[in-house]
Amino acid sequence: MARIKKKIKTIKIDADKCNGCRGCEIVCSAFHANPQYSSINPARSRVQVITNRLQNKWLPVFAGEYTPAECMGRDKYIIDGKEYDECDFCRAACPSRDLFKEPDSGLPLKCDMCESDPPQEKPKCVEICLSDVLIYEEREEEVEEEEKPSDAESGLKALTDKYGLEMIADTFARMAQKS
Amino acid sequence: MRYAETGYNLEIDLSRGNIERVETDPKMMETHLGGLGTSIKIHWDRVPPEVKPFDPENLLIFSTGLLNGTPAFSANRTVVTFVSPQSNYLAYPMMGGFWSAELKYAGYDKIIFRNKSPKWVYLWIHNDKVELRDASHLQGKGALETQDLIRKELNDPRAQVAAIGLAGENRCFTASIEQSRSSASRLGGGAIMGDKKIKAIAVRGTKDVNLARGAEFMEHMKGVTEYINFRNANPIKDVMTILQGIGSPQEMVHTDEKWHTENFAWGNARVRRKDFWSKENAQNWTDTQLDTVKRLISCFNCPQHCGGLVSYQNGPYYMMKCFGKLTYCMASYVDDLGFNFRILQRATEYGVDSFSTPQILAFAVELYEAGILTDKDFAGTSAYEACPSDKEGRFFWLLDRVVRREGIGDILADGVYYAARNIGNGAEEFDHNTVKKHEQLPLKLGMMDPLYYLMYSTNEKISITQIEGQWPQTPFATMEQREDFVRDWPQLPDDHFKQYLLDWEFRGEKANPYYPTPQMAAEIVDWMEMLHNVDDACCVCAGMSSFCLKPPYHIHNYPKLISAATGMDLDEAGLKKIVNRSRNLHRAFNNRRGMTRAEEHPPADHWKKRFPEIEEDLLSTYYRFKGWNQNGIPTREKLEELDLGYVAEDLEKRGILKNGQD
Repeated sequence: MARIKKKIKTIKIDADKCNGCRGCEIVCSAFHANPQYSSINPARSRVQVITNRLQNKWLPVFAGEYTPAECMGRDKYIIDGKEYDECDFCRAACPSRDLFKEPDSGLPLKCDMCESDPPQEKPKCVEICLSDVLIYEEREEEVEEEEKPSDAESGLKALTDKYGLEMIADTFARMAQKS
Repeated sequence: MRYAETGYNLEIDLSRGNIERVETDPKMMETHLGGLGTSIKIHWDRVPPEVKPFDPENLLIFSTGLLNGTPAFSANRTVVTFVSPQSNYLAYPMMGGFWSAELKYAGYDKIIFRNKSPKWVYLWIHNDKVELRDASHLQGKGALETQDLIRKELNDPRAQVAAIGLAGENRCFTASIEQSRSSASRLGGGAIMGDKKIKAIAVRGTKDVNLARGAEFMEHMKGVTEYINFRNANPIKDVMTILQGIGSPQEMVHTDEKWHTENFAWGNARVRRKDFWSKENAQNWTDTQLDTVKRLISCFNCPQHCGGLVSYQNGPYYMMKCFGKLTYCMASYVDDLGFNFRILQRATEYGVDSFSTPQILAFAVELYEAGILTDKDFAGTSAYEACPSDKEGRFFWLLDRVVRREGIGDILADGVYYAARNIGNGAEEFDHNTVKKHEQLPLKLGMMDPLYYLMYSTNEKISITQIEGQWPQTPFATMEQREDFVRDWPQLPDDHFKQYLLDWEFRGEKANPYYPTPQMAAEIVDWMEMLHNVDDACCVCAGMSSFCLKPPYHIHNYPKLISAATGMDLDEAGLKKIVNRSRNLHRAFNNRRGMTRAEEHPPADHWKKRFPEIEEDLLSTYYRFKGWNQNGIPTREKLEELDLGYVAEDLEKRGILKNGQD
């Protein structure tokens, strides 16, 4: 397979500078509202500032991949004498917590780096963070070109994940007989 | 759909535990905007002048403003309104922090408390679920401690909590309401909350706040953002450090306190120590501050860093801001800044105003030194030790007595004005720094200043720091500096103000006390009040607007932001009219409770050089400019112009306005 160039987008988080204002949450929810900027709701934001003010903890965390199951065990980090709660650093929308889920539907949220048409110069949270906590970086990496699955394959894959291959196969067989 | 506001208030009858979600009249936004504006209207309609501060009928309203929860930077204030136990007028202390946006996201604009709870409770609001919960286990807990205990109990680290400490429970007149890094401190809101037996209000919200024309709103915010960046990079020249930037005075960043420590008075607002900022003191204070302030922090959606997370010598963390850094040191004549950090930690957990409280303690020390209070008043009991003799120990002891209302503390807890009259025996003479029964900043200066004369005398706020801001505190020395300052001044409501500044001199006819002239002073003060009233209706921090020189928000961009957020089509004249209406309604509410010209003056010793004739002229001119009669009461004509004919009728019926005129 061919090697291709891939753009890697990174937000570097200088958490020591965070003043805890949560402006990133506000602009994220506004940008992703439909129509754009019609409403604000930090609970819909794909970045959340994990805060415990009296323990001097301020940690912007971005929504990552959805996971159908929680971890088998949990981690706690102690950094500079501060103990971070289980899952604080985790980006997953996960059954163990309500973070990174649409408050109405419970559907998982994921940071999309504000990819849009026309493209943004940088993600909105980075733009709005006047304390320079969030720093946007782009770089190119060479990767193996992946074959993009067809829509039908993606759809089937999702169904298989949910119901298991056997059930999907049975159902397919039944449907094939009927037609 | 409602825009910017949620359109719902919570009405809570504490005596029965009844909670109702009430839809508000959309017309109210058009006539009174929101925040302070709409709250004043509710107090006017529902709290007659016979109601005393600790009567069950005294409403306690926690209000968000029109722009809370929107992407408008620094729209994070909560305005708390009630009839003050100290002034007996409608007080409106405000707090920043994170609470008001959360209340909006929960789906409410205001919480209106009436009557009193029979037992200690806290209110828990989680979107549509609202309940009064038992708070007996929180009684006696610190104001910060309570916030964390409640979050833990609710298992919701994202709940925002406003709480009172022991001072509020004991109805101290200087009790504050503490929340995150902020507090609503002035005029005793904590005492009213305690009187109603509300220990705390916890909120968590995950609903939408809607903007009418969101894209347009963001376009206007771009201009505001660019200006904030510009101002942060380009401090104003030729003014003192804390006036150069935006945000509330950057006391957590700046370590240079020469100006405060040498120009503000120490003790019970007595002595200016003009040589305090020695090399040694400067070094000690700088080292202490840098070692104690662990992080610079902000309120909700604000790019500034006005607050500090502090821990003195690895003691308990708490959050502080602004002038509170100095007030206890200066009031007690203690030269070690570490003392202020230590005692403010205790004072914050107790929940007391850090402007008034140190002055009350200093007042007690003075009375002791004058022999009016004696060793008997400072004696111990089986419950506590006698008062130590060192300055620091004495202040800690007095703070404990006041907050616990023990011994002499029970009298002092009502504030300097009432304590002086209660103690008698000449103590009244030592009450020399209150206006309308409220402790003022410890400032004693030389020459009468026309602008400050009016602001001290007349504003409903009764606290100078939240009235001033738009106009430089002193003239610039050279014409070059003045020209430089007025050149780039888009915030001005009208260009003719520039000439006032260009002509303003240090000495002579064009200097204090003659200049700005009474007419100019009335215009400038009116402009400052107008912008403060816009901020307080939107609940935008005055630090980004009316309280600083050349701020990001002003009368020219506010109407655009408000229009885009709400869908109203508001221009500058329209916005000015709305807040003028609020101010006159507020004034009338206070007039109805007895406020008149007789009370409208600064402390007698505020300036050394006084000019009774000019001062009377200032007041008369300002009243005329406002459309008030010579007793400081809005005329029928003025009230009708503001669609407040019903207010004129009420004032006439009560004999406060006669024939609608002077």
